[in-house]
Amino acid sequence: MRTVDDLADVRTGDKGDTLILAVFPRTEDDYELLSRTMTVDAVATHFAPLVTGDVRRTDMPLVSGLVFELPGVLGGGVTGSPVLDGHGKCLSYHLLSMAVPESL
Amino acid sequence: MSRDGTIRLGAGAGFAGDRIDPAQVLAERGELDYLIFECLGERTVATGQARKLLDPKAGYDPLLAARMRAVLGATTEQGITVVTNSGAANPVAAAAVVAQVAEQVCSRSVRIAAVTGDDVLDAVRRIDPVVWETGRPLSEHSEELVSANAYIGADAVLPALDVDADVIVTGRLADPALYLAPLMHEFGWAGQDWETLGAGTAVGHLLECAGQLTGGYFADPVTKPVRGLANLGFPFGDVRADGTAEFGKVEGTGGELSRRTCAEQLLYEVGDPARYLTPDVTADFTGVSFETIGPDRVAVSGATGSTRPEELKVTLGFRGGWLGEGQISYAGPRALQRAQLAGEIVQQRLWEVHGIPAENVGVEYIGAGAAFRGLSAPTEVPEVRLRVTAKVPDAETAALVGWEVESLYTNGPAGGGGARSSRAEVLAIRSCLIPRAQVTSAVHTTEVTV
Repeated sequence: MRTVDDLADVRTGDKGDTLILAVFPRTEDDYELLSRTMTVDAVATHFAPLVTGDVRRTDMPLVSGLVFELPGVLGGGVTGSPVLDGHGKCLSYHLLSMAVPESL
Repeated sequence: MSRDGTIRLGAGAGFAGDRIDPAQVLAERGELDYLIFECLGERTVATGQARKLLDPKAGYDPLLAARMRAVLGATTEQGITVVTNSGAANPVAAAAVVAQVAEQVCSRSVRIAAVTGDDVLDAVRRIDPVVWETGRPLSEHSEELVSANAYIGADAVLPALDVDADVIVTGRLADPALYLAPLMHEFGWAGQDWETLGAGTAVGHLLECAGQLTGGYFADPVTKPVRGLANLGFPFGDVRADGTAEFGKVEGTGGELSRRTCAEQLLYEVGDPARYLTPDVTADFTGVSFETIGPDRVAVSGATGSTRPEELKVTLGFRGGWLGEGQISYAGPRALQRAQLAGEIVQQRLWEVHGIPAENVGVEYIGAGAAFRGLSAPTEVPEVRLRVTAKVPDAETAALVGWEVESLYTNGPAGGGGARSSRAEVLAIRSCLIPRAQVTSAVHTTEVTV
């Protein structure tokens, strides 16, 4: 099974309790494929049940990037949650495990 | 201004705990015009304020003296201006520390400027704004408010640049503004030239995390291998008067500066790339593109902006009690089951023996999916580390958490090892807005005569 890891890189950022995931498909074909398959619903499902609101996606084709905002995932965030990785920096690698269809 | 009408800004630090030697390399061999140290997180300024309450001369970045000792000889000799937000909760005391270092390491007179005005504790008490996270007015919060710091912008730094300060120390300045201010000063960019300020803010945003642009946080040994990470070079930007720029790093340093590392940093912590809010401008990164110019050299263009926000964001720091913590390892057959049993025992004892409610206790299984917060948890692992935390009112109670974990050594389950405990005071960080008119910045200069 192919995963996002085979086609893209992911970087996380945090703003309060919102997890920000920037996905970078490595080729134009990968960008095309992932912008069709990585819908806001698919990404919300992959991070369920931590997501508490609407997931938003912004497409950045000039830098081959897709930006996702996932509200609620970080609980209290880096300054309010006692978990070890309060920033959620490790969570970019959870998105890499998301399955991708072999073709459209 | 150097060479071809560009200004070279070096990124000396990307966070409070950053390495020091890459900044020294930039200062000595980077042919810089400015060296910028971004050393202030949301919590850093609140912890600084808490330290200042105990000692009026404290409250700045504890690494400030070490950073300055490493670079000031070179920067003053070459005429490189240093700009940093290491002043944290006490820019004036920080400037005094810089002066002490300058006396020891500089061979000429040095002018140091402290920028104040971000401390809005009195103003928020008067205005009583709504706190974002709770939706309630500030006055309705029972916890003690320790700090309130507004994100001030590049305009607060301009007077310090106008008096030709060699070192400028600020408190809570927006990160990109540390880079934008020298550009406004050098190129005479107007405070309402939103398109150019947006371009300059993109440059600042790309540089502000230092090693993240040069392949540090980017690196993965399989999908994104980067050479020389132990000797990671920090980036500089050669910025033109129109706000476009080229990024590079000092020859011989490790790392990678490529379109891929730049793209990742452009979108780092940016939720809405069309509206990236700073005190200076509403920046728009959607038109940004990168071009490879040469080895470890990338050009950026296409950023723009529109009118700045009318109000400033304020970081509020409240005393939030204490966090107690204990950790212990289990390995081999049934490692996770034993760790889970241990977690249940500690949780039960924290409640039944010490009266700490279960909802204040957190249990994590490090090595068994803790970092993914239950999204993808394995059922069997070769080794796992139990981590128990509890939010409690005071230091004494916080110590009980680590104690209960440590007492598993003899009281079971089998094979627990490597117990550690810690406790720390918690500063709860929240946010609100404040009208610009409530914030008045000022510049205080000090001369060190050699």
